[in-house]
Amino acid sequence: MAAALRRSLVTVAKGLNGPWLHHLRSRPLSVGACLRAPEAPPARADSTFKVTMVPGDGVGPELMTAVKDVFKAGDVPVEFEEFHLSEVQNMASEEKLEEVLTSMKTNRVAMKGKIHTPMEYKGELASYEMRLRRKLDLFANVVHVNSLPGYSTRHNNLDLVIIREQTEGEYSSLEHESVTGVIECLKIITREKSRRIAKFAFDYATKKGRSKVTAVHKANIMKLGDGLFLQCCKEVAELYPKIKYENIIIDNCCMQLVQNPYQFDVLVMPNLYGNIIDNLAAGLVGGAGVVPGESYSAEYAVFETGARHPFAQAVGRNIANPTAMLLSAANMLKHLNLEYHSHMVNDAVKRVIKQGKVRTRDLGGYCTTGDFVRAVIDSLRPVY
Amino acid sequence: MAAVRKALSLSNKIWNGRFLHPAKPLGTGLSHREKGSYTGQIIPPPAKYGGRHTVTLIPGDGIGPELLNHVRELFRFSCVPVDFEVVNVNSGLDSEDDINNAITAIRRNGVALKGNIETKHSMPPSHKSRNNLLRTSLDLYANVMHCRSLPGVQTRHKNIDIIIIRENTEGEYSSLEHESVSGVVESLKIITRLNSLRIADYAFQLAREKGRKRVTAVHKANIMKLGDGLFLQCCKEVASGYPDITYDSMIVDNTTMQLVSKPQQFDVMLMPNLYGNVVSNVCAGLVGGPGLVPGANYGHNYAVFETATRNTGKSIADRNIANPTAMILAGCLMLDHLKLHEYADMIRSAVLTTMNETRMQTIDIGALNTEQKPDCPVEDLSNVEFALLHAHAYLHSVQLLLHVVCPPIPETAGVNTSARVSWLSVCRCPVSHT
Repeated sequence: MAAALRRSLVTVAKGLNGPWLHHLRSRPLSVGACLRAPEAPPARADSTFKVTMVPGDGVGPELMTAVKDVFKAGDVPVEFEEFHLSEVQNMASEEKLEEVLTSMKTNRVAMKGKIHTPMEYKGELASYEMRLRRKLDLFANVVHVNSLPGYSTRHNNLDLVIIREQTEGEYSSLEHESVTGVIECLKIITREKSRRIAKFAFDYATKKGRSKVTAVHKANIMKLGDGLFLQCCKEVAELYPKIKYENIIIDNCCMQLVQNPYQFDVLVMPNLYGNIIDNLAAGLVGGAGVVPGESYSAEYAVFETGARHPFAQAVGRNIANPTAMLLSAANMLKHLNLEYHSHMVNDAVKRVIKQGKVRTRDLGGYCTTGDFVRAVIDSLRPVY
Repeated sequence: MAAVRKALSLSNKIWNGRFLHPAKPLGTGLSHREKGSYTGQIIPPPAKYGGRHTVTLIPGDGIGPELLNHVRELFRFSCVPVDFEVVNVNSGLDSEDDINNAITAIRRNGVALKGNIETKHSMPPSHKSRNNLLRTSLDLYANVMHCRSLPGVQTRHKNIDIIIIRENTEGEYSSLEHESVSGVVESLKIITRLNSLRIADYAFQLAREKGRKRVTAVHKANIMKLGDGLFLQCCKEVASGYPDITYDSMIVDNTTMQLVSKPQQFDVMLMPNLYGNVVSNVCAGLVGGPGLVPGANYGHNYAVFETATRNTGKSIADRNIANPTAMILAGCLMLDHLKLHEYADMIRSAVLTTMNETRMQTIDIGALNTEQKPDCPVEDLSNVEFALLHAHAYLHSVQLLLHVVCPPIPETAGVNTSARVSWLSVCRCPVSHT
């Protein structure tokens, strides 16, 4: 309220009749008014929230600039602590990683671009991206694939959630050459982590009021590994009698997703399958530029794009689509209890897309990143 | 509290223990793997992701829903990282599906905040109290309430500071009753050694952690020589392990008399189920009534928070006059349990300041205070130094104080104070006593 008051004063000083002032005027200030339906005052925001920011490689820094511009224009009470961590630009080191971790320990929330990993092997199997993920124990990745109203694709009105285990499985970084010419990559599935991700999926479904969870697996081939995953999902499902539980084999799941994606609600899967399905599903609604994603551990939350690509060929060309990162930023605001600001950013982005006048190249338009960000800023506070 | 934390870590051990000892060689295949059901056997970790907790919210009946709405509103306002999963329990239904749903929800979230669920006496005898069912199925064995005098509330006794620990799962609440001969009903009161030792140990650990000096066991062993005798014996055994804490015992009838005549003599009180029910109501009355005191039920794995005296309050429901203090403080206890101490302290201090310093009180407390000034006409309260508020107005004044206790931004400090002053003047309104 203090912040709201301060802002309203600023608004008055500027001679503007902004929505905040309107909001403040409509707040009940007498007992008589209180007896009517209580109106929700704006969330407490007199302190700023600090958020760690790792822009990463490729267009990451450009997208982060877009987020910062929009936050500044929207007077969002969030401060970013930036850390440039990049493997391909030789800007990664143990100390840098430690700095990011220390900052995360206090802030608990981060925004992150993709830290690009070179393909060639230089003596280190685990990439910085993976190390950061393991250090923070970010076990659950959530990608909410939602069609954007106004941008039509082959499948419209799509609404499904993909939940991916992202600390074990094929990403264990355990590879060795047992005999010359024979490489073994170890895929690790543990009961603890499988149960944890299954419970996360069901908890997420409960929280968001969803009705079905589908486990994706390949237990017909990997009978023990994926079999264990499947068994854990089934056990956890017993705790959630109101949510329907199903399972589907990964190859069939891919086919069903491109044929009839509407049959799915929440999908939960091990690491590599999740990576593939994330990208596939992002493609269904408009590509890597429009789908936000987030990763969770018990303590920390990291907000990023749904399909993680550095998109290095677009660097400096001002053509990247900031939609995904902006929507992700809105999700982050919601996570911080800043619901008012979250809606403001989210609605502004959706409004620009729906109007269809300003679109980046990947959505078939001719506008630049800068044009799009300006359009979003202009529609932050629409005139009713 | 240490016991609870220890218990929680124990549950984690159980959960992890299963993983650490799969006890099956990899080659044996799935068919040999144990097919135990997940529910009941293993305690899942609580639903906490990205630093946000999910808590089960059972609105209950009577004033429960409105009180819990106040808590939710306050939590939202204070940016508390807690999400609620609302589970409604219909007290009018015969089937136990609703309450089983609620119990499962607590099993997966670990923590709940609840209003009281009404138990209608007109229901058939097979209809068990939903509240009791919930406590026994989750094995919430320790009921803890802390009764403390508030300086802003005028009561007959000052400086009361009593912690009451009540066995919550057995005793008279065993739900074992039968008519052995027509016209003769036997109600079984069950006292077990295991549960008595458990609650006694909990009480002494809590006393030591809170720096208390004395634990008083309340009993009726002069009549129930075996049952309460066992309880007393267990308390004595446990007390021998805590030489730093004085232990004594008192008969329940004498206890109630002592409580209303000289309550300051008590420090920590420990008792079986029904005595706990009676004594906790007496103590809540001593410090200002059911609207002020929060209560907590702890088990090894779960914790449920509610008002201490568990009133349904049907007569004052939906009239915007129920005092939300007890439920808000119960919410603070819950935040403490979730280790969100900063949020808990912030909200608690705002509530206590509202009660004690700005003298903004709901009608139940205000009425207590007006009794002391018989010459003051009820219609004209403008010259009384406290304001009587409806629950919503009370809540708004708490919200206003949340900003005062938070570190204010320098340039807004002036705005804050003046807004508060105008707020105070607006909130002072005469309320007729009905």
